[in-house]
Amino acid sequence: MTDRPFLEISQLTARLKGSGTPLLRSVDLAVPAGSVHGLVGESGAGKSMIGKAILGILPRSVEVATGAIRLDGTDLQSLPPAERRTRVGALTALIPQDPLTALNPSRRIGPQITDRLVDILGWDRARAVDRARQLLAEVQLPDPDRILRSYPHELSGGQRQRILIAAAFAAEPRLIIADEPTTALDVTVQKQILRLIREMQERHGTAMLFVTHDLGVVSKVCQSLSVLYAGKIVESARVEDFFRAPAHTYSRALLAASPRYTDPHGSLMPVPDEVMQAVRAEVAAFDEGRAAHV
Amino acid sequence: MSEPPSDVLYGVEHLHLSLPDLTRKPLLGPAPRIHILNDLSFTIRRGEVMGIVGGSGSGKSTLGRALVRLLEPTGGHVRFDGTDITHLGEGELRPLRRRFQMIFQDPMSSLNPRRTVGAIIEAPLALHGFDDIARRSAEALDQVGLPRSFARRFPHELSGGQRQRVGIARAIAMRPDFILADEIVSGLDVSSQAQVLNLLEGLVKDLGLTLAFISHDLSVIRRLCQRILVLHRGVIVEEAPSDQLFAAPQAEYTKELLAAIPLPDLDQVWA
Repeated sequence: MTDRPFLEISQLTARLKGSGTPLLRSVDLAVPAGSVHGLVGESGAGKSMIGKAILGILPRSVEVATGAIRLDGTDLQSLPPAERRTRVGALTALIPQDPLTALNPSRRIGPQITDRLVDILGWDRARAVDRARQLLAEVQLPDPDRILRSYPHELSGGQRQRILIAAAFAAEPRLIIADEPTTALDVTVQKQILRLIREMQERHGTAMLFVTHDLGVVSKVCQSLSVLYAGKIVESARVEDFFRAPAHTYSRALLAASPRYTDPHGSLMPVPDEVMQAVRAEVAAFDEGRAAHV
Repeated sequence: MSEPPSDVLYGVEHLHLSLPDLTRKPLLGPAPRIHILNDLSFTIRRGEVMGIVGGSGSGKSTLGRALVRLLEPTGGHVRFDGTDITHLGEGELRPLRRRFQMIFQDPMSSLNPRRTVGAIIEAPLALHGFDDIARRSAEALDQVGLPRSFARRFPHELSGGQRQRVGIARAIAMRPDFILADEIVSGLDVSSQAQVLNLLEGLVKDLGLTLAFISHDLSVIRRLCQRILVLHRGVIVEEAPSDQLFAAPQAEYTKELLAAIPLPDLDQVWA
């Protein structure tokens, strides 16, 4: 394992086409190989947007204005689209939020895992099916052959999420983007799935970008994190430092707002208006600073 | 009311609820029934905030819907303020409906997108024959901390937290005795979650409301509720005062739930 980060994002700026409304504001991010980095923020903060920018699946209405996304040293933004797709397809994978909409309801599970291996990576089908069977066993699903023949509706939410995890690891990607992978699950199932993701990630040495709104989840699966507000990273830190003493006032407020049943009076605190005003002012000042440079 | 007012607002005895399982219905003959609630007995006292917690499929929403009679129980009794409402017909329920209100999980789908906030709050008031509707709706907005000018806005113009406040305003404008809140903060960001919980806490005190608060999140429940029912597969596995439940959970399932919550704390033994 080298010291050079596997994923390196620098000065990534994205905006809405037409109006030019900024959605990501000079995002800098580095995830070393084999390490899990959390992206935290409230809805609309742009945390999923970063994952989509890497995968090249931003909505049509959004454009990347400036910045570099380096995977293993190569800047994806400088590649021609076809080459970018191949590279991203070979090196990365996504674990999506909602396991029901991510699976095609009218197809059996088997081809939904193996298609990618066959069509994009050029494996022969028998090898792909073997691999799928092996991964389903690895994500602790009993009777992999039955699962491969099942339709999504025949399986529980937890089973479907295990399948998506298996599918994500199938082609041995170097980077996995997990976009709120346990938000739709029960807390007891969430625990099993998070442990599974962490075990798989450690065993395969995969780098991971873990998008979540839940700081509790971050403290369990990530080594480092970035806190986003309005598409701007207000703080990046190692998990040990962050949970001991978050540096930014907004991060502190977010942590105090998080539910914690062990501390009913010290948690679930509303974010004070001053904190919101301060962080908005910071974003506004940033925008003005940029405008002044142009 | 035949009985003298007691401190029990809701009395639930041996409540059963089952629904036909249409996915397994044979071509001829009745569908087999799924038993969703099995023999639940408990009371909710006046002025109390009762938490109902459980995983998905535990029956917590079904229980809530049976309390406000959006569903009719198949067995047992539900008494509201002394009146047995278990099998009351819609006509007899109507005067009571004003007194038990509901706030829904997803404010976007429970607020009509084509109507203004004002019209949304006023519609049930008009249906129940209230006078002075405009004033009541404006006061409800004040009570949930929204500016009165919001009455002219549409739901899509509001943030998630603001929409949920409209849902609360619509419920409290009716001056109910009881409110059922079904997962009302689970779709919100943590910062608005805290605000909505604080608001609800204040309203319960100020208006002397009785509240049943359904949630899957024990941290949220602890903040608000004095007593907690833990449901698992349609059965009450534990009922205890809040402090006691957290200090010494009795049921295996409660312990499992507590142990599974990822706290934002590196010292928690979780793995």
